[in-house]
Amino acid sequence: MSAVTSAVRLPQKGAALVFLQRYGVYLAIALLLLFNLFFTPNFMTIDNFRVQFIQVVPVLIVALGMALVIGTEGIDLSVGAVMALSAAVIPLYIGYGPLPAAILAVLAGCLIGLANGTMIALIGVQPIVATLSLMVAGRGIALLVADEQLKSVIDPGFLALGRGTIAGVPYSVLLALVLVGLVAVLVNRTTFGKQLVSIGGSRRAAELAGLPVKRVLITIYILTAALASIAGIIQTARLSASVPSTVGNLIELSAITAVVIGGTPLSGGQVKVLGTVAGALLLQLIAASLIKHNVPDAYSQITQAVIILLAVYLQRGKAVLK
Amino acid sequence: MSLALEPSVGPATTKQVTRERIAGNVQRYGAAIVLGLLLVVGSFAFPTFPTVSNFTNIATQSSFLLIVAVGMTFVILTGGIDLSVGSVYALGGILAAYGSTWGIAGAVLLPLLVCGTVGILQGLLIAYGGMAPFIVTLAGLLGIRGLVFALTNEGANTPLIKDASVTALGQGGLLGLRWPVVIAVVVVVIGSVLLARGRGSQTVLAVGGSESAAVLMGLPVARVKFSVYVVSGLCAGLAGALNAAYSSSGVPTVGVGLELSAIAAVVIGGTLLTGGRGNLIGTTAGVLLLTVIQNLINQVGSLTSSVQAVVSGIFLAVVVIIQTVLSRTQRL
Repeated sequence: MSAVTSAVRLPQKGAALVFLQRYGVYLAIALLLLFNLFFTPNFMTIDNFRVQFIQVVPVLIVALGMALVIGTEGIDLSVGAVMALSAAVIPLYIGYGPLPAAILAVLAGCLIGLANGTMIALIGVQPIVATLSLMVAGRGIALLVADEQLKSVIDPGFLALGRGTIAGVPYSVLLALVLVGLVAVLVNRTTFGKQLVSIGGSRRAAELAGLPVKRVLITIYILTAALASIAGIIQTARLSASVPSTVGNLIELSAITAVVIGGTPLSGGQVKVLGTVAGALLLQLIAASLIKHNVPDAYSQITQAVIILLAVYLQRGKAVLK
Repeated sequence: MSLALEPSVGPATTKQVTRERIAGNVQRYGAAIVLGLLLVVGSFAFPTFPTVSNFTNIATQSSFLLIVAVGMTFVILTGGIDLSVGSVYALGGILAAYGSTWGIAGAVLLPLLVCGTVGILQGLLIAYGGMAPFIVTLAGLLGIRGLVFALTNEGANTPLIKDASVTALGQGGLLGLRWPVVIAVVVVVIGSVLLARGRGSQTVLAVGGSESAAVLMGLPVARVKFSVYVVSGLCAGLAGALNAAYSSSGVPTVGVGLELSAIAAVVIGGTLLTGGRGNLIGTTAGVLLLTVIQNLINQVGSLTSSVQAVVSGIFLAVVVIIQTVLSRTQRL
């Protein structure tokens, strides 16, 4: 859309800028760790990192799905509502055991994804409004499903997801790693991944090339919803309670930020899975560093805003050159 | 209103023309028609609905969102989006409360000055920095809310407005209408006149229609894109200040999610999110529609805010689906 303006005022691209665009997020993480090594007591400890990893898991999983959607030049604002719905479904079916309850929760979340995908792919509604409507309606449905109540979940098998570990690594972190691997393979090694990226590059061209654009788009919105449902399940297990009124609130903003900082352009056509992981980690580490230095939450929000602007400012013009 | 140049493919039959005209009108006046229907149905269903005091309430509740939505309409007409309005709204309220120590001038000018500056910064980054509106204003949403909390000791302070002339601005009125309602109407009228007659208005629509084409035609695209974000910042700040005057305090947590209601109202009002087509009368109908739905659900009494969320969400979905289908019919 802004092709003309960007072509007129393309920034001079030096080697340093290219390096920053490609590896900026990793560099930022390294610098932050270095800072904490010297100035924050008890930061570089196994225990602290375990806590940081556990805390980043929900945002990371949601951001994986968001990266797929953004790769198709879409956006999904309904992920928080999907988390709420899957959290609301858990206590209803936990009597049948943790696995059936989890599967039903994911299926419920996928219904929202299907609604998103249908509106966007078949009818042609813009992703931002389509998912906005389900963001509003979805949380309402979640609250109605849960009778607007907080319900505690005490099934030991289910709670293990939040607390159990293998060789010191929490289950939830392992699950997140597996999902990262699966999404990376999906994007980089499968036909589906190539189709996804070409739709993001140019939907019209993908249609003319005979790609199954509608099917791929619907599948991607369902996948994103499935990932968000898993995040909702993990969050519920960690809290040992289903809290549909607050779970996943504003997570869409953190997830979008993580994806963009990680180098996936909002204009679609590229998906950086590893970058997204790094982006989510960077956000988590920034928040943790600020908390450990007793910086009030207000200033940590302002810092995050400045970082988002800086990251995106460095990346502008890249989409034209890809 | 539309500047889209529709290529005429062969001689159009009368049937096609009629269908296109109907589709266009439904898109333009759909919100107003549904609003009219709701008012009639509501009046018959609930005896407490069609009362003067209830309508005054609806008008007052709508006025704050309407002022924000006017700014949002300008932004969306250029194909952009402003996610920061909820936070700017809260900032406007806080600053109005702090500024009220200097009387009514401080309570109005301080928020307008600062919120206008926020708009200027965002506009600079978007129009001259070439950054995506979504991301810049997303950072605005986070950063300005942070600023609001920084100004109020982490949200622990709720600055009160003691000056009687300032609270009168929120609670007093003219001919039975509260000042916020009167001001909202004035804002809509000024905005409509600007859109219909203003020098930049054609450029606003042209930018939304096709930015590349507008640049190639030599229109001042960057300047227009810049100014719509300033307008949006000013509108959100003004609405926040009025809301603070109405509730005699600047509450740091107001306006969360306001950007979504504003976008919904604009879209329901028939403005295309892709830009290039829309008007403020539609936006007004969209805002009133959202408030009336909420009011009707409250009239039922037994329904909760969750039901309200479900209804509003599904309503928005239905409206955008109808719009998308209709604009497709028009293009054919």
